[in-house]
Amino acid sequence: MTIIDASNLDHREINDKIREAGEEMTIRGCLGQRFIATGASDKKIAIEGVPGNALGSYLNGATIDVRGNAQDAVGDTMNDGTIIVRGDVRDVAGYAARRGRIYVRGNAGYRVGVHMKAYEDKSPLIVVGGRAGSFLGEYQAGGSIVVLGLGIGDKPLVGDFPCAGMHGGKMWLRCAPDRVRFPNQVLARRIEESERAELRALIADYCRVFDLDLDETTSGAFTVVVPNASNPYRQLRVDN
Amino acid sequence: MGADFLYPEFEVVRNPNRCVNCRICERQCSNGVHGWDAKTKTMTQDDAKCVDCQRCVAMCPTRALKIVKSDCVFRENANWSNDAIREIHKQASTGGALLSSMGNPTTAPIYWDRLLINASQVTNPPVDPLREPMETRVFLGKKPNRIERGPDGKIVPKLEPQLELSVPIMFAAMSYGSISLNAHAALARAATELGILYNTGEGGLREDFYQYGPNTVVQVASGRFGVHEDYLRAGVAIEIKMGQGAKPGIGGHLPGEKIVGDVAKTRMIPEGADAVSPAPHHDIYSIEDLRQLVLSLKEATEYRKPIIVKVAAVHNIAAIASGIARSGADVIAIDGWRGGTGAAPTRIRDNVGIPVELALAAVDQRLRDEGIRNDVSLIVGGSVRSASDLVKAIALGADACYIGTATLIALGCRMCRTCRSGKCNWGIATQRPELVERLDPEIGRKRLVNLVSAWKLELAEMMGGMGINSVEALRGNRLMLRGVGLTEKELEVLGVSCAGE
Repeated sequence: MTIIDASNLDHREINDKIREAGEEMTIRGCLGQRFIATGASDKKIAIEGVPGNALGSYLNGATIDVRGNAQDAVGDTMNDGTIIVRGDVRDVAGYAARRGRIYVRGNAGYRVGVHMKAYEDKSPLIVVGGRAGSFLGEYQAGGSIVVLGLGIGDKPLVGDFPCAGMHGGKMWLRCAPDRVRFPNQVLARRIEESERAELRALIADYCRVFDLDLDETTSGAFTVVVPNASNPYRQLRVDN
Repeated sequence: MGADFLYPEFEVVRNPNRCVNCRICERQCSNGVHGWDAKTKTMTQDDAKCVDCQRCVAMCPTRALKIVKSDCVFRENANWSNDAIREIHKQASTGGALLSSMGNPTTAPIYWDRLLINASQVTNPPVDPLREPMETRVFLGKKPNRIERGPDGKIVPKLEPQLELSVPIMFAAMSYGSISLNAHAALARAATELGILYNTGEGGLREDFYQYGPNTVVQVASGRFGVHEDYLRAGVAIEIKMGQGAKPGIGGHLPGEKIVGDVAKTRMIPEGADAVSPAPHHDIYSIEDLRQLVLSLKEATEYRKPIIVKVAAVHNIAAIASGIARSGADVIAIDGWRGGTGAAPTRIRDNVGIPVELALAAVDQRLRDEGIRNDVSLIVGGSVRSASDLVKAIALGADACYIGTATLIALGCRMCRTCRSGKCNWGIATQRPELVERLDPEIGRKRLVNLVSAWKLELAEMMGGMGINSVEALRGNRLMLRGVGLTEKELEVLGVSCAGE
């Protein structure tokens, strides 16, 4: 396994070293360098320290494991792969992700999962262990977003305006539906017991990665959100 | 009937002496204007469905058909035009916002037409383009501000990636979905033959089009449709679409019923899902954020491709362009308020944005004043209608022009301006297989090559007349322009003198 000491490298140098390295590597001393592992495929990259914005953008199948916090735009326009963040992520994680998985153990910022899509047989998944900020799942067009609220106490699970512009996909929130205010264009309801198996299948791998009890994590109140029509944002237009 | 009734805009005139009842018009019309009455064995017609696309006129073997604008109009006056009255009726009967296709048709000033081109007389002889070499080739991308030499005195080549165009014309972004596959194929093949570039728009790119990569610009918009690593690497440049001249501040919304089969696959989204590409990029709120997207695209393509940032011409365009030039982008594309579109809200198309001529002059001047003009190239579009518009744009400071509407006309478009219906009888703005096959990509390629070759010749002739033998020497050469019928302020913004001065 290759060790990359990032402490005196800029993002271009780090990415050159990632391309040169073999399949597995650890990046040490990461200090906010952006664009790490952009477009990477067939790599397993562990990161110690704090990677900067746009970690794993256009990711193409690689696995990234961050042993700390990440910043904005994690997995921007991700095509496939896995990004594990053992701390927090900030805004727009998973922007327009088409496939692949983003697992966050801590909290997430604004606009997580914005424009998330689905393509052919695969569907993307974002799981946030703690809380998520405002505009969660904005313009969501496909895939699944799960927010678990582990250890958040009385704090709200999500910020304001979740699901604004949502027109596809599914969201799972570990709270009762009346705890969150949703727009008119989505249907937010209590989980049906028959759906627990689907939820278990969805986050079993997440629980394995973070060593969480699957039974406990999938129990209790859950809200399931889907768009209430296939084209909910159609506007009335007249030909001119 | 009653208050909702609007008299048809066009009338189909059929000459009974020439009509042979062959029913070709009936088969050619996707709008269902023409019919056949089996009892009386005569052709019938429903003028209300006619959009004046002239397909039937062009296909009628006996020239028995013509389409005329109806003279049954409301009692117009200088304030309340027939269109203004019709639009009120349409909204009062439906409650809908007005939706139009193609560019702004209003009578507002077209500055190209108020600018005149110079020619040499006596003191500075013209160049005869038939006998002498004329350089129409241009390179887009960052240019070095100074030359570096090594210890041996030789130039150290440190050039950022460049785009080479045989003539300063590029085919503007039009997505697969908004136009047909055959239209895309014609554009791609013509660009390849001409040594220029076409643009995928935000509809993704089919793998069988990767072969045209050296002549392809791939676009990235807020919805990121079809954007993945192979796509980014497929073209020679990547364009970030921030805005469009026909609808500044408005995004794209291709309804789910048009996201079928191959279009859905190419956009990499589920069939039947609306393709929503809103005006804001939700990760861009500042020039610093734009820089982040520019650099992430450069990272993804190992700094081998220039990044174009396309914006609509709006009020503060000079300041915006200055910011883009500092974001790391290689090329700025400015789309003017007359730019075309498949569909745009009428009010926005006709009232939002500014003419590209003024925007271009302001941007070029601002970048020069700030000493960063060489950090970016400028492409302008919306709308460049002829080689003389092209010459004027270059003299105002453009490195190249985007042409969109002109290419569609070359492909057969009659400017009926109903692209949004998806029933284009010329096989251009449609996905219906029986209509798409009417457009032969080879014939389309040939007509596009003809158009650009003709403009190239005209460009050379006009440059020769000015005594200029390369586009490089014309760029930003505003002494070659004079204004007519313009106010002092307009002349000041354009940076040109009045004719006679």
